[in-house]
Amino acid sequence: MTIATVTGKPGEPVVATKNYLTEEGVTLRSWLLTKDHKRIAILYTLSITVFFFVGGAAATLIRLNLVTPAGIFTPDIYNRLFTLHGIIMVWFFLIPSIPNTMGNFLIPLMIGAKDLAFPRLNLLSWYLYVGAGLLALFAILVGGVDTGWTFYTPFSSMYSNGYVVLALAAVFAVGFSSILTGLNFIVTTHRLRAPGMTWYRLPVFVWSNYATSVIMVLATPVLAITLALVAVERLLRVGIFDPALGGDPLLFQHLFWFYSHPAVYIMILPGFGVISEIVPCFARKPLFGYKFVVWSSITIAVIGFFVWAHHMFVAGISLYAGLVFSLLSYVIAVPSAIKVFNWTATLHKGWISFDAPMLYALGFIGLFTIGGLTGLFVANLAFDVHVTDTYFVVAHFHYIMVGGMVSAYFGGLHYWWPKITGRLYPEWWARIAALLIFFGFNLTFFPQFILGYLGMERRYYAYPPEFQFWNILSSAGASILAVGYALPLFYLGWSLVRGKRAGANPWAATGLEWQTSSPPPTHNFDKTPTVTRPPYQYRPEAEPQDA
Amino acid sequence: MGSMRLLPPTASSHAADMDWLFAALIGTSAFILLLVFGLMILFCVRYRKGSTADRGNRMGRTWRVETAWTIATFIAFLGLYFWGADLYVGIHSPPKDATDIYVVGKQWMWKIEHPGGQREIDTLHVPVDKPVRLVLTSQDVIHDFAIPAFRVRQDALPGRYETLWFTPTKVGEYRLFCAEFCGTWHARMGGSVVVMEPSDFQRWLDSQDPGPSLAQEGEALFRSHGCSGCHGTASTVHAPKLEGLFGRPVPLEDGRTVIADDRYIRDSILKPKSEIAAGYPPVMPSFAGQIGEDDLLKLVAYIKSLADKTAGNSQAGRTAGSAERPAP
Repeated sequence: MTIATVTGKPGEPVVATKNYLTEEGVTLRSWLLTKDHKRIAILYTLSITVFFFVGGAAATLIRLNLVTPAGIFTPDIYNRLFTLHGIIMVWFFLIPSIPNTMGNFLIPLMIGAKDLAFPRLNLLSWYLYVGAGLLALFAILVGGVDTGWTFYTPFSSMYSNGYVVLALAAVFAVGFSSILTGLNFIVTTHRLRAPGMTWYRLPVFVWSNYATSVIMVLATPVLAITLALVAVERLLRVGIFDPALGGDPLLFQHLFWFYSHPAVYIMILPGFGVISEIVPCFARKPLFGYKFVVWSSITIAVIGFFVWAHHMFVAGISLYAGLVFSLLSYVIAVPSAIKVFNWTATLHKGWISFDAPMLYALGFIGLFTIGGLTGLFVANLAFDVHVTDTYFVVAHFHYIMVGGMVSAYFGGLHYWWPKITGRLYPEWWARIAALLIFFGFNLTFFPQFILGYLGMERRYYAYPPEFQFWNILSSAGASILAVGYALPLFYLGWSLVRGKRAGANPWAATGLEWQTSSPPPTHNFDKTPTVTRPPYQYRPEAEPQDA
Repeated sequence: MGSMRLLPPTASSHAADMDWLFAALIGTSAFILLLVFGLMILFCVRYRKGSTADRGNRMGRTWRVETAWTIATFIAFLGLYFWGADLYVGIHSPPKDATDIYVVGKQWMWKIEHPGGQREIDTLHVPVDKPVRLVLTSQDVIHDFAIPAFRVRQDALPGRYETLWFTPTKVGEYRLFCAEFCGTWHARMGGSVVVMEPSDFQRWLDSQDPGPSLAQEGEALFRSHGCSGCHGTASTVHAPKLEGLFGRPVPLEDGRTVIADDRYIRDSILKPKSEIAAGYPPVMPSFAGQIGEDDLLKLVAYIKSLADKTAGNSQAGRTAGSAERPAP
């Protein structure tokens, strides 16, 4: 990742001599002790990539096991695999993915600030993340955990024979990393906006991360308390959740989902932000209904706190609770639908080009729409009774989390890659990867809707033979998906060394981050910018333009 | 390789209703999906960079469109909500004449007890076209009793009774699963539900060696645990009488009134101080930890069998028990 000062070939933009990659030195120490938000974003990107492939390896083994009805692994190994997959993907990839990498890198650039409000806290957040991640890996290496990422009691607290407390500690610790990041983003957005950068001139990416941060700060402590209580019951046999000790097992589920449903929005809202940046840029048009998109994010963040019990329609909650939580779940689907309509309308009468980021964005809209619509199925009381804990639910949330969020992550990574590294990636390879991911994803997860309605339960290492056809399709899709996810590792890596120099604004995009050089200098802007216009002022002409 | 099946068997009255709801959900989604995808593809082709399509007269103000599609979406969603809610209320309202069958989940098996005392493991035999109500509990962790062919499932929680009812409509054998992750052999915790013609079901019941009925066993436990010392008809202790109690409202000391259902009986045995019947001193000791889930179910069945009796008939359990037993 060292980019020396290079005199470019004729016609190629010359790399800025002063940039964050080299300015503070190139030693390991200068990276590990950096307070620069951009360098911390790079540290985060590298570490979440490691966890993404650890979680992905577990997913590969899971799909391999499910090729045959009898399974390949022993149940104990299989149960540990899906637990590992869930814990790593949720807490060590999805939740930090966009906020801690692109959010960290871009929020100060987008609002015209020199750094986040608390640079040291930002570095601490990364160290907490890495420490927690190592603890989670340690728990896996010494024997693993078989509770599922949901840690349902009293199984997790009294019956499981895995390393539950270690895993709880890891998730507990990584929560603080989320809280610190959220806090940092909130204060930064309030206090460090450049002159003229009013709230309604903020890019939607900043708004989305702001909404996400509010959820992180409010919901994560509830998770920490809940997991601590599980550890207390497990270690000290204090009756909290186990009825045999006088506890209530449903209390755990209420507390857990009070965090974990908003956490779904922690995972998806930043994705909305990324798509809202990419679509206007490649349609050369302002975002349709900016204020509606912004306020739908805020609405989602708020209502997201009042839908948790829709995870519990068959768990033994009262009939009335079911009726209320289902209604609220339908209400929260409305703002999500508004966003999809707005992105689609943004395409209307634009000058659309199909570079890799746009392909990912269009893929995102498609997959998120399917994920969102099947959300209407599982929010439906009677329907949910039939499919709770089946592969229908698994398919639904993978459409949102993987089809949606991971597509958005890759879209954003490609879109801002030139800004982050100063290099362009090979466009055709990127398009091929985007298409492979889209195709492989659908082949992997669409059959799971059918499996779910047929009655195939989650977390089964073996299943009745009549389900095999769809499982084989799903596993075949997963192998394509794996290739699609591995590809960027190679061509993006290649571009670091051989990629063409990017220049400050290769997409002719609006937004402050494109006004500074690529890669940006440590202090982001030589002169604090002044903002005079709303975002996305793409002029109705096809030709590139300056911001 | 398994076949390319798209739908599970439809074998209960609710399952047929559910498939219609499923069709409506698919219809609504397909409409929205076609609309969004259709527009996306249309715009992507028509307004691709380099095309000469007219881009004049762009929509300036957006709030009218936004409001229109927000309201339209919300109304469509509400319709689906009410449909699903209506069915959900239905599967939570068992008919009065449903037969109660007791189910205890434990790692990793389902123990099933018919009212006549017949027991089975991992298989549930039921007659066709007769409503059945399952009373579910668990002895250890949370399990879930799932029958995809009936489109119903319910968690079985330790320390609580949950219920689940259905009316099978088609004779046959259907899959039974545990749907809540419960440990190592979760995937193997299941079996089948066998729906039979009433006459075949009767023959099956007779072919089992039932031993005493649940209520009769409950009556024996009622004596051996000393319950009858206070609650028995001959007792002179000032304790609530149990004849005619089940299913009736009970006024409590704190002013509330609760229905004496399975849950209330169970809680009164394990946590007698939590809901004290009005007018009785709270002197009953707790039996928590002394009576297993199986025995609790028998006690509940016994007290339930007293529902139609009036105080004074000490043969209540025996008669009720044999009444539920099929005639030879």
